[in-house]
Amino acid sequence: MTIARRLIGFNLFGGIVLGIAGWYAGWYGAHEVVGPSLDYFGDIDYNELSVVLAYLGGVVGFLAGLGFFNYPWARLRGYPPTLREKETEGIGRYFGVCTDHKVVGIQYLWGIGLFFLIGGLNAMLIRFELLRPSHQVFPSGTYLTIVGLHGTMMMGMMTSGILGPFGNYLVPIMIGARRMAFPRIEALTFWLLMAAGVVLETTIFFGGFPTGWTGYVPLANEANPGMDNYLIFFALVGISMTLLGLNMIATIVTMRAPGLTWTRLPIFVWGVLSTAVLMVLAAPVLIATLGMELLDRTAQTTFFIASGGGSNYLYQNLFWVFGHPEVYILALPGFAIVLELLPVFARKPLWGYRLAVAGLMGVALLSWMVWQHHLFVSGINGDLRPFYMLSTELISIPTGFTFLCGMMTLWRGQIRFTVPMLFCLAWFFNFLIGGLSGVFLSDVPSDVTTHGSFFSMAHFHYTIMGGLVFTFMAAIYYWVPKMTGYQLNERLGKIHFWTMFVFFNSTFAPLFAAGFLGQPRRVNNYSLGLQFLNDWVSVSAFLLGLSMLLFLYNLISSLAFAKVPAPANPWDSKSIEFQLPSPVPVHNFDRIPVFSSDPYGYGEPAAPVAMPAGAPAGRD
Amino acid sequence: MASGPATTTPAGSAEPNHGRRIIGWWIASSIVATPLVAIFLGPAIPPGNGSTQGTEQVFDNTWMVSTITPVICLLAVFFLYGLRTFRAPAGAVVDGPPLRSDTRIQVLWIAATSVIVLFFAGFGSYELLQNGAGGGQGPSPVAVPSGQKLEVQVIGQQWNWTFRYPSLGGAESDQLVLPANTYIELHVTSLDVVHSFWAYELGVKADANPDTDNVAYVQTKDPRTFHVRCAELCGLFHGYMVRNGRVVDSATWHAWAKKAEANYQPVAKFMPPYAHTYLPDPQRRAG
Repeated sequence: MTIARRLIGFNLFGGIVLGIAGWYAGWYGAHEVVGPSLDYFGDIDYNELSVVLAYLGGVVGFLAGLGFFNYPWARLRGYPPTLREKETEGIGRYFGVCTDHKVVGIQYLWGIGLFFLIGGLNAMLIRFELLRPSHQVFPSGTYLTIVGLHGTMMMGMMTSGILGPFGNYLVPIMIGARRMAFPRIEALTFWLLMAAGVVLETTIFFGGFPTGWTGYVPLANEANPGMDNYLIFFALVGISMTLLGLNMIATIVTMRAPGLTWTRLPIFVWGVLSTAVLMVLAAPVLIATLGMELLDRTAQTTFFIASGGGSNYLYQNLFWVFGHPEVYILALPGFAIVLELLPVFARKPLWGYRLAVAGLMGVALLSWMVWQHHLFVSGINGDLRPFYMLSTELISIPTGFTFLCGMMTLWRGQIRFTVPMLFCLAWFFNFLIGGLSGVFLSDVPSDVTTHGSFFSMAHFHYTIMGGLVFTFMAAIYYWVPKMTGYQLNERLGKIHFWTMFVFFNSTFAPLFAAGFLGQPRRVNNYSLGLQFLNDWVSVSAFLLGLSMLLFLYNLISSLAFAKVPAPANPWDSKSIEFQLPSPVPVHNFDRIPVFSSDPYGYGEPAAPVAMPAGAPAGRD
Repeated sequence: MASGPATTTPAGSAEPNHGRRIIGWWIASSIVATPLVAIFLGPAIPPGNGSTQGTEQVFDNTWMVSTITPVICLLAVFFLYGLRTFRAPAGAVVDGPPLRSDTRIQVLWIAATSVIVLFFAGFGSYELLQNGAGGGQGPSPVAVPSGQKLEVQVIGQQWNWTFRYPSLGGAESDQLVLPANTYIELHVTSLDVVHSFWAYELGVKADANPDTDNVAYVQTKDPRTFHVRCAELCGLFHGYMVRNGRVVDSATWHAWAKKAEANYQPVAKFMPPYAHTYLPDPQRRAG
């Protein structure tokens, strides 16, 4: 009885109920009002519009049930503005709208982790199908849907993979603030993303979608209604990304504590800032593009239909204008985490702070000038290819800054090989291979063979999985003890690292060869001669999956069962979040700290502590 | 290259000169590895010598893989040496020297990476602009090889390839048959969605877009067979969109051409006008 009473209200349960209600409202609304008037829907029991309106209604209902409209409604009725909502203790705050940035960070960690797991399981299914050179178990349409679900989930959801959990949790603490600039928007970005994840996964009820994560037209125009799920998913992700980025920029620019000048900012915050700039500028392009495609599919416009005066090149151009900054949205937080953690475990100041910042910002800037390298053989702007070749290769210069700063931070350090440090060191290995293989793809003559093959697929898995997921793991092992107050098992962590590192390389390194030997991406049918290579990769991928399960086991057993309390500063870090108790109290600081140096003063005599107690209280 | 000036050992310390050691190992390993890579690994990288363009790609790959070998050597030596040498004593938390920056190393690093990058871009552009490197160049190609060319239209559709020979009266074939030692001008287009024409052994790839003419050039060499695959996701049977192709000697080609033209003759008069041209109608400029 009490449980039932607690379920009623504005929380996840209410969101799900109203979400389903909104879904059916949209569905029948489209059927009853619009459907009969359009004769070409004929006797099929659904139409594009009903799917689109159903999901839009579902998302709005979900947000309403969570309580996102309560505050605007209260303001309309004349109530005075308030700053925050439901910043309490207890487990219930994780299942509703909470404006505590630390709660949102942990919500992100588990929410994104859930969809990351689903995306990973999709990858296992892909590798299972590829055990045989010909048809193995899935029909072609199912196979393509799985490929699309894997790619779209990873590229959509994991864009917020670092900024969501760690950006939200750590940035306010690192800059000495008690909240984000827009706490309600912060909560909205998370719940939008969860709604988006459900929208994408339910595509299987509408026939799936055949286009992979890129959603190229005209293929998208002729696809099942499941294509609309892809479009709505990515548009929602785009909205979430834009808001997340805006929130981060506003927070970092306006809410730094006294004394925290731009040159004292932790490099992680710089990484978040550069990523946020990319998000804010890139994601709206995506939203607009998908909106146009949604209109093409439902309202019979012809933005991307060549025979109707549009151009499918327009879609490719717009998609990659978003798509290339997008891959740096994935990579840059990884750079920042590596540079943030190396000083702690090498016990040395971050070497070349300004160069490291220049590297992050340089990559962010250059990533806008390279998108047509995805279209080198598409027949668009043949005369611009030397320019895009140059601009693409120029990116390796600021990326090299990160390498130099990282390596020189290790130089003559006192390195401790902890689990997070191992993941950071693996980043150098993975990203070196990922980056150098990118040189082949950026070079047009070489790209003619590698384009659209497993080579490019191996390349971006080395940069994104080897660059982002490895640093994501480093961040989890490094910060989760701080976030939850419980230690993770170090021994299991080391086993997880070594299995993940070995099987990751054993999975993706052979795919470079498969691509060079002529295996195109996204096929379920390949040359007989490539079976050994593919079987090797599949077996390695399954072992990699087991390694991830080991990680999951470690996470759950350490946090839910072993519950060894973590010390406030397990890594002897000088960063400010480790000067606070574990877990961090609800309003972070008793008094707003005053900064007198950056957090990297290892080995420097009389380095001032990052948090003296003397600043006036009351700043929020 | 990165480590030189930072190696000044503190006076009175017995610490060896790490920088000099790393540079020594780096030079030694690069001198050994680079020629091995250039001689053995580079030429073995596909697509092989099926066409002039394929040979150029192999040459290009050889240069790049040889140039990045010293870079890999530097990082390998740095990490193998550094992670063995710069370890903290077990269980202890000791601070390292507070080195904040060094302008000389930064300048050296930026200069070195810039030189490599500019070399790659210049080299790649030169190779590309010679004769297009086998890639699709769009309706108005910039790298046009001189001399006589045999025109072939490649038409992609879900999920098949058709090859049309305008010089044979618009004869069509489901196999790509090409004469040896000849320049081929491929006009790639599509009837429905985006495909990508990939003649793997010839080193040719060009996207097939509806209503667009995507031109690629390739110069065949000796007679051989090759595979045609689709390299852009085009729907259900994308993985099955495979065709065989043949490069044949002059006599075989003429015999095949005569036969193909004769076979097509009775059909030609029933075909709509656009079937007699290789250009899609209406023509659209890409971008």
